[in-house]
Formats: sequence, structure tokens, C-alpha cells
Amino acid sequence: MTSTQTANGITGYGGYVPRLRMQRAAIAAAHSWMAPGLRGLAKGQRAFCSWDEDSVTMAVEAARDALDSRARDGIGSLVLASTRPPFSDLQGASIVAGALDLRSDIATLEVGQSQRAGVSALLAQLRASQGNTLLIASDHPSAKPASTQEVSYGAGAAAFTLGSEKVIAELIGHASQVNVFVDHFRAADSQHDYYWEERWIRDEGYAKIVPATMKAALANAKVTAPEVQHFILASSLKDTASMVAKRCGIEVTAVADSLDSTCGYAGSAHPLLMLAHTLEKAKPGEVIVLVGFGQGCDVVVLRATDAITSFKPRRGVSGAVADAQTHEAYLRMLSYDNGIDLEWGMRGEKQVKTALTEQYRSAHQLAAFTAGKCTCCGAVQFPQLAYCVNPECLAPSEKFTRTHLFDEPAQVFTYTADWLSYHPSPPLYVGFVQFDIGARLLMEVVDVGQQGLDVGTPLRMVFRVKDVDKARGYPRYFWKATPISA
Amino acid sequence: MATGIKDKVAIIGMGCTKFGERWDAGSAELLAEAFNEALADAGIERKQIEAAWAGSCMDNVNVGNSAIPTSVALRLDGIPVSRMENMCATGTEALRGAAYAVASGAVDIALAIGVEKLKDTGYGGLPAPYKGTLNDLWLPLGSAPAGFAQLAAGYRAKHGTSKEDLKKALAHVSWKSHQNGVLSPKAHLRKAITMEQILAAPMIADPLGLFDCCGVSDGAAAAIVTTPEIARALGKKDMVTIKAIQLSISSGVESTTNQWDGSHVRNTRAAAQRAYAEAGITDPRKQISLMEVHDCFSITELVTMEDLGVSADGRAVHDILDGFYDREGNGVPCQVDGGLKCFGHPIAASGLRMAYEIYNQLQDRASERQLKNPSLGLTHNLGGVPYLGISALSILGLHH
Repeated sequence: MTSTQTANGITGYGGYVPRLRMQRAAIAAAHSWMAPGLRGLAKGQRAFCSWDEDSVTMAVEAARDALDSRARDGIGSLVLASTRPPFSDLQGASIVAGALDLRSDIATLEVGQSQRAGVSALLAQLRASQGNTLLIASDHPSAKPASTQEVSYGAGAAAFTLGSEKVIAELIGHASQVNVFVDHFRAADSQHDYYWEERWIRDEGYAKIVPATMKAALANAKVTAPEVQHFILASSLKDTASMVAKRCGIEVTAVADSLDSTCGYAGSAHPLLMLAHTLEKAKPGEVIVLVGFGQGCDVVVLRATDAITSFKPRRGVSGAVADAQTHEAYLRMLSYDNGIDLEWGMRGEKQVKTALTEQYRSAHQLAAFTAGKCTCCGAVQFPQLAYCVNPECLAPSEKFTRTHLFDEPAQVFTYTADWLSYHPSPPLYVGFVQFDIGARLLMEVVDVGQQGLDVGTPLRMVFRVKDVDKARGYPRYFWKATPISA
Repeated sequence: MATGIKDKVAIIGMGCTKFGERWDAGSAELLAEAFNEALADAGIERKQIEAAWAGSCMDNVNVGNSAIPTSVALRLDGIPVSRMENMCATGTEALRGAAYAVASGAVDIALAIGVEKLKDTGYGGLPAPYKGTLNDLWLPLGSAPAGFAQLAAGYRAKHGTSKEDLKKALAHVSWKSHQNGVLSPKAHLRKAITMEQILAAPMIADPLGLFDCCGVSDGAAAAIVTTPEIARALGKKDMVTIKAIQLSISSGVESTTNQWDGSHVRNTRAAAQRAYAEAGITDPRKQISLMEVHDCFSITELVTMEDLGVSADGRAVHDILDGFYDREGNGVPCQVDGGLKCFGHPIAASGLRMAYEIYNQLQDRASERQLKNPSLGLTHNLGGVPYLGISALSILGLHH
């Protein structure tokens, strides 16, 4: 697509944090026999992905938060940044685009292999100035059991629409720096990060590299440090942002909420998650500085415009953070992250090989949860087969119009809690979901909290991993239902 | 309307293996065990069988695909043998194939046989079947109990039944079957269980506990059918004929639209209506002497009593608790042999096992279990799940 628009600012934002939160004290307690020192870090909660959440599913949820019910057909490109994509050479961005039902002629791009992936991608897209872009950063860094990272890490995603109309935060300056300062690394085939000494990372890394880049960025933006109202520096090391702010001459009150007590550090997505959170409260004219750190530094200087008051995400990062289910079973978190090999019994041996042909053929209805509405009798049906399901109608599917179910109000029609089937998070809650528009289908219900389910429980739809084909390493995605939190 | 098959087909021989954990036998041996009994009962030679319908459901723990393994196991040389697979309705479906062949005049004597070897899975419960390439991409997993347990939520919502009352009625269903199963030498489970044990059992799929679920067993059952004329020529007395066999399969209405209330099985109602019409039954509550229904789970038996029109809608809980379906009650005894609950459920054998009990009861050959003067019996199977399934009914009676 060609466009004369200039992409020079953020036009919308949203975020996602998994509902599941682990009490840090429970992590520390599990390791107290060999790492009693962890107790000192064990305050608050950290978010963790359910077994069926990953960078792709979180990206979809963050984008839905940013887009809400706004039209999606103006989006010309999608960029997804993550250091934990589900595939090495199958594009997660395409899966996200499908779930969001973006136009098929958009450009998609995936950015990774860097702790700065999120911020670098945002900066690159803001500078590229090409039409309307959906930029998403999504990550769930994995830490070795009993490491300090296991306690401090979290998970989350943030999404931004970029464009030139109704800009709510404009790019006013930036600077970058590159070096090979190895504070930590994760080998290509490794699950966990390897860290060097914390004090060295602070003193030689953050304390020197960020201020130098900041200086250049602020000069480029023609603002001074005291003029910065929001300073965003994400780090899994505590108090780093305050230390750097002080060195740069930025007011400590400008240091953005790290979301440490509720979410934890969401890797390369974390600076953008903090940015989405910051934009919720930023006022017109305020200067926002966003730092991406790792093998150098990116500093992005933004200024909120008057339009910022007119934008609202669906529920925002604040809403996602508030929608928490607290867990204390540490082994649950470990199991969901494949950190422990539990005996699931022979039922867990079931083969879930995907017919990729069928997946492609049915993509129009599976990816974006598209039901068919019969123009003859009005029946809304999923899946869409050759004939209308209504026995009084039976019209051919050529008579259907398509309608998405992912944002339609729905409730529990029947349900059970199945303890017999193999399920990575027993019991398997399953039941019929009745949509207000008439569609009905059997669905898995996830993140069922203490309140349980009943006939009539209101539900919303979430994009998740449906099954994992462990033999071939292939996750397949579909929509599931979850109770709307009280 | 078609005239149906009422009294056009007689059952002249039946066989049934001991159901249970048959570590001693594979599918081929189970088939032979049921076949031998049926042949002896019919008093015919193997070579008199002109066609066969062989049921088996679970591919991975059974004889294998097609009818070849059954034909080989029984040495059915050169005759047409068809494999039937219609989930839990497979046994009745095999009988339907054999009966329709005889009724059409295509063959004189036909065999229906079904076998399942579930204890070769290595665990309890059924193996999860594939649902096809498209459905596997969106339908959630879910065990059989999970599929049927959802009837409980639907039934409570429809009739305003309390969780406690429903659970008590469900427990009575299982209690009754266990009382009856004690008298069935071929049953897998032959132990009476108390209501307290049933209510305190661990949860399988809410609200179904362990005793709300039937067992998983190995077994086979067989029937040999012919025309009443040939049967008479073979010297058969107290002749049992088929009054009706009907099947109804879901088209997706229940699971895709809001035209189903979750409290009943639509296909059982459709199959029953047609079977009653075919058999000439106008008041099942009064006319049917005994029933063997698909009690894969206690909730299934409960709603089936309403779907068959024996209990009025919303009244099954009360009929069950009043003992209407008990052996010693004054109603219609149901599961007098212990049902799936005590026999277990070797999928493709169950429909024929049910017919075996009715057949023996009608001929006054049920020893300790014998009811007084039954004249009409009903079998019912429910394959798949209540909202996406197959209902099969057969009605058997004495031929006068």
C-alpha cells in the first residue's frame, strides 16, 4: 500500500498482563532450603503466563486493548517485538494479524534478538513514517529456578498504533548508542538468561551508557532534564531507574511506575508496557523519555499532545494489572513454563498433530473467530459449514455474512469441571458458551478463579494456545472463554 | 410412511461374553466367545450365515480397521461382512444392518456382532477419539464424563432442581444398578454399593463422581437373525422378534444454536418417537416391560427416562427416587442386569449386550434376574455426547 501519511507519533496504546500472579513469597519459600537469601526479594506478586499464553497470545490481547472497537482496516503494517517468539522461522506477527483480522495486504515484521527489541522497534517505526502501523512488544522472560530473576521477572505486552492523525504523543527527539556490554545473555538454544554481577551492570552499564545517550537525545529534542515529566527505564534490577534519573538530572518524581509489585519485569516488552501505563496518566505537553537498554541504548523522547485526553484503551495496563488471580502453588508456575517434567499419565500422550492444510483452509473462521450469519433465517453459527444449521432453513453458506465472535457478549450455558481429561491446568473447565447474538459453541473456559462457574456466568473471549503438539513442537491457537472478573 | 420392520425379523440366537478386565482374551477371542454362544443358541451351522455386520469402535485398541479382522477371527469365508462404527450406538447399528438385510429379503440369516477391548489402553476410561482435522482445531478436549456432565447444569437450569436433589437422584440410579448387577454373572462389577459410598466418591466431572460413571470393560456380544418363518422351521418357540430399530443423529442444532435447552437429548426423543410408531407403542410407561438404557453416566439415565417419554419432563428425579425404575418397584424396571454401570461399556458390544438381556428375559431364561412375564423390552444407546450424538433404540418383543 502506498500512502502519503507521515508516521510521526503514537495514536493509541494498550497493554496486557497475564491474569495469573504468583506470590513472590511462595517462590522464595520453595527455594528456602538452598537459597534463603531470596526471601529478601520476596515482596508482592509477579505475573506469569498460563500454560496456553505466550508472546503471540499476549500480543493479540494487548492489541485488542489498544484497538478496542476502532476500525482495523486502516492499519498498513504490523510489527511484533519479542525475545521469546514461539517459532524461529514462522512469523508470530502473521498469527497476530490473523487473530486481529487485519487486512491481508499489510506488511508484517518481527523484531527480536535484543533486550532492546521493543524500544528499538518503536523508534524505528516512528522514524520510518510510513502509514498506520500497529506495533506490539510482548515477552515473558524465563528464569532459572531459584535465581533472583525468577522472583523479579514477569510477563506482559504493550501495543501502539502509530500514525499521523490524532497523534497523542509525538516523537520530538531520540538518540542511540551501540556497544557489547554483556550484562546478561541467553544463548540461541537456551531457555534461561545468564547474568553477570549486578553492581558492575549498574555502575558500568546503566550508570554510564544511559546518561550519555540521554544527553544526546535531550539535546536532539531540545528539552532539558528537569522538563522531563515521565522517565521510563525498565530493568530487572531494583532502583536502577531512580539512580539513572538522578545522574541525568531528572526529578525522582518523574520516574515511572516499574509495575514491580504487581507484574514484574516483562523483558523486552517491559519499557513499552510502562509507556502504555504512563500514557494513561500523561497530560498534554508533558515530556516522556523512554529508555531501551542492552548492548547499547535507545532513548526516545516523546511529547504528549492535546489529543491524549481523547484516547482511552479498552481497559489499559491499569485494568490488566488490577485483573489479578493470586496463586501460591509455585510448582504451577514452574510447570506452565516447562520448568518441571510432571507425570501427566498416558492421557497426556494424545497426539495433536495439526493438518496444516485444514488450518489454512479454515483460517478465515478459526483465526479471527468468525461466525456466519445466515441472511435467510438470522442464525449465527460457528463453525460455518456448507449449509445453515437451522433445520427450518438449511440455506447454503453462500448466504452467510461473517461476524466476529471475539468481542460479543456471552455467558455460560452449560459447564463442567473435568478432572479426567489430560489438561495442563486441571480441572479442564469446559461448557457451552451462549452468545447474545445467538451463536453457541463448546469452549474451554480458562482462568477460572475461586468463584468457579455457573450457568449464566458472563464471559469474554481470549486468544490462547489451544493445544501444543509436543512431538513436533507446534502450538496451535484458538479462542477460549474466560469469566469476566467482578 | 414405510411400514417398518415390525415382526419381520426374529432373533434366533444370542451370545455375550463375560464383561470385565479380560486380560485373558484379545478381541479375536472375545468375538469367538460371543459367536460360539450365539451359534449354539441358534442351533445353526456357521456356513448358514449369509452376511454379517461387525461392530468395533476404538481403532487403536481393537481388531483393526475394516471387517477383515472380524471375518478372519470368525472364519466367515467369502460372505459379505461390513464394519459398523457409530460410537456407542455401534452394537445396535450392527443389529440394524443385519435385521434390515433379513427384512429386505436379501439374505435369510445374518449375524450382528460387536467387540471392544478397552483394557488394552493402559489406563482407565476411554481413549480420546480424533474429531477430524477441522474440529480438532477448535473443539476443546473433554472426556466422556465431561460431555455428559453438562446435562446436569442444563437440567438444573431448566427444571430448577437443586444440586442436592439432583445428586441424590443420580446416586439412586447408580445404587439401583449395583443392586441389580449382583445377580448378573457376566457383569464386570457385581458388588452392591451404598448410597453413602456413591455420594462420597471423588469427582470425575462435576457433578459426576466416580460411581456416576460406568466402568471400562472388555467384551463382545452377538445376535443371529432370520425371518419368523425360518425361525419357526428351525423349531423356535417363544420367538423374539424385532418390533423396531430406530436411529437419530445430531445435525449440530443443539451445539450450534439456541434451540436446545441443555436438559434433554433431542435425538433420543426423535428416535423414540419413530421407534414407538414402528412398534405400535402409544404409552411406553404402561406398555414397556423392561428397559436397558445407555447409563454411561447416571445423569444420562435420568434424562433418558424423560426422553423416552416414560417419565414426564422434570419428573424423572421423582420417579427415580420413588423407585419406579427399581427391580422391585411397580414401574418399568430399568437395567435389571446392572446396565453399563455394572457391565462396563465395551463400546461396540453394549447395544447387543442390552438386547441379550431383553432376549433372555422375554424367553424366561434370565435365571435369578428373571422378571415376571415381560412381553416388550426396549434398548437404548447414546453415542457421542448428548449435544452432538447418536441415539439408537431397539424394541424387542415376543411374537404371537
